[in-house]
Amino acid sequence: MEKTGNQRDESRLTRRRKFKENYGGYAYIAPWLIGFLLLSAWPMIYSFYLSFTNYNMFGSPQWIGTKNYKQIFTTDLNFKKSLMTTFKFVLIAVPAKLVFALFIANLLSKDVKGMSFWRTMVYLPSLIGGSVAVSMVWKNIFGLDGYVNSIIAWLGGEKVPWLVSTKLALPTLMLMNVWQFGSSMIIFLAGLKQIPKSLYESAKVDGAGPVSCFFHITVPMLSPVVFFNLVNSMITAFQQFNSAYLVSSGGPAHSTYLYALMLYEKAFKSYQMGYASALAWILLVIIAVFTGVNFLVSKYWVHYDD
Amino acid sequence: MKKATVRKILTHVLLIFMSSLMVYPILWWFFATFKYTNALSDKALWPKEWTLYNYREGWHITSDLSFTTFYKNSLFICVMNVVGSIISAGLVAYGFGRLKFKGRNVWFAIVLVTMMLPSQVTVISQYIFYNKLGLIDTYVPFILPHFLGGGAFFIFLLVQFVRGVPRELDEAAKIDGANTWMIYWRILFPLMKPSFVTVGIYSFIWSWDDFYSQMLYINSPEKFTVSLGLRMFIDQADVKWGPLLAMSMLSIVPSLLIFFFNQKEFVEGVATTGLKG
Repeated sequence: MEKTGNQRDESRLTRRRKFKENYGGYAYIAPWLIGFLLLSAWPMIYSFYLSFTNYNMFGSPQWIGTKNYKQIFTTDLNFKKSLMTTFKFVLIAVPAKLVFALFIANLLSKDVKGMSFWRTMVYLPSLIGGSVAVSMVWKNIFGLDGYVNSIIAWLGGEKVPWLVSTKLALPTLMLMNVWQFGSSMIIFLAGLKQIPKSLYESAKVDGAGPVSCFFHITVPMLSPVVFFNLVNSMITAFQQFNSAYLVSSGGPAHSTYLYALMLYEKAFKSYQMGYASALAWILLVIIAVFTGVNFLVSKYWVHYDD
Repeated sequence: MKKATVRKILTHVLLIFMSSLMVYPILWWFFATFKYTNALSDKALWPKEWTLYNYREGWHITSDLSFTTFYKNSLFICVMNVVGSIISAGLVAYGFGRLKFKGRNVWFAIVLVTMMLPSQVTVISQYIFYNKLGLIDTYVPFILPHFLGGGAFFIFLLVQFVRGVPRELDEAAKIDGANTWMIYWRILFPLMKPSFVTVGIYSFIWSWDDFYSQMLYINSPEKFTVSLGLRMFIDQADVKWGPLLAMSMLSIVPSLLIFFFNQKEFVEGVATTGLKG
């Protein structure tokens, strides 16, 4: 009798220990898991549902099928314009920023004296770039009577309508984006340091110049980092909001009406929660497609060591 | 001259040129805060006449509100967020990085995917959710997520660190009878201090710079943060540029101080996980 009781106790104990081994980790990841379910998973599902409804925060959502999507793709002129503006922004500002970042990282990766000083200097705009403060400065210096124009006038040029011209407002925002190349630059710099010096030395022996070294060693060796930066910057650029909202308010004539700004106005200015949810899901699909294409194309240009 | 010397000089000239280009707008901004409004577009960087008017005027933005309130509010949110992310992201990272449990890899893959998720698909539902709970115009929508894992970036960063700590340490403690909880608090938590500094730095700066969600959730001016305080200037019909630029300058001081005192952690954080500053 006693023996079986012991055995039962033992098996209970091992079962408990097994359970602890298999599921004990959940106690630790619980904060994240709760947060994920409550603030990511459920909101995503709910906004997908909302995208098929009409909902203005009063009463309850009314099911209207695919009407939101139909309206977005057929009659909503702002959608088309905003989407094109956003594509332009992403496809110009992101590559420009990355080329610039790579160029500076390449300069800094040479054994330059006071490297950390220079790194700090060029990183500064990125550190503060996301803040409201910098948008304000940008709005001021690119104003009609702003500092940039007074320099141009001093050089004998005419006033440039930076933020009031439909042609120049978007490029002015792009410039602000490129100016904040610091994070990508630091990632490039870390990648450059990983490239073995011996590769360059043996190339030099073979008579390769710095330009050919850059294209035949640096670029392929760095391609995984370039890829990482590209995917990251694109995802961020698609969601650009602060500068469009604070610097140019989407104008003039909707020329800087970036997608995130349109979405914000639909959701939180006119409270068309259903419609805005549809816009959000379209953005998600666009970002997913771009990221997917990036991954597919990466096979042809990204070189992994192993 | 040797070719190498020429190249070194060229590199430095380029560097000086590029970094002046980068820093010039910031320098202009700094000096502009000491200029009178009518001198703002002077081409000279150096003010002809110095004044502290912009700071005095800007700080007391309305008759009953000043930036003292906004700074207090912003600091409160930031401190809560830093504490929240360190506590919760640390625990979660220990779970993912050290413990074996069923479904771990799937969940961790989801953590990584959420790093790429655009916030637009969740923000509308979250707003409705907080609205139903009567939490609009409170700081809960900013602080709560930081206590619930603190964000995928922080978890990822800390998991990388935890994986690098030699397992022999835990094994030794296990033999001495320590359970996972004790191992975390007595062994890993103290060792993780350097990465907690990184998490704290980013958590602070991001919360400080946040604008979008603060704009969504906060309506009462006495609950405004520094970002929202700055926006008050451009909501006025006649923008007072001098005071606005002065207050903007002050608003970046905390980020600058943190950056200058923790450059190493900063750069490592960016380099290892691709965080944005």
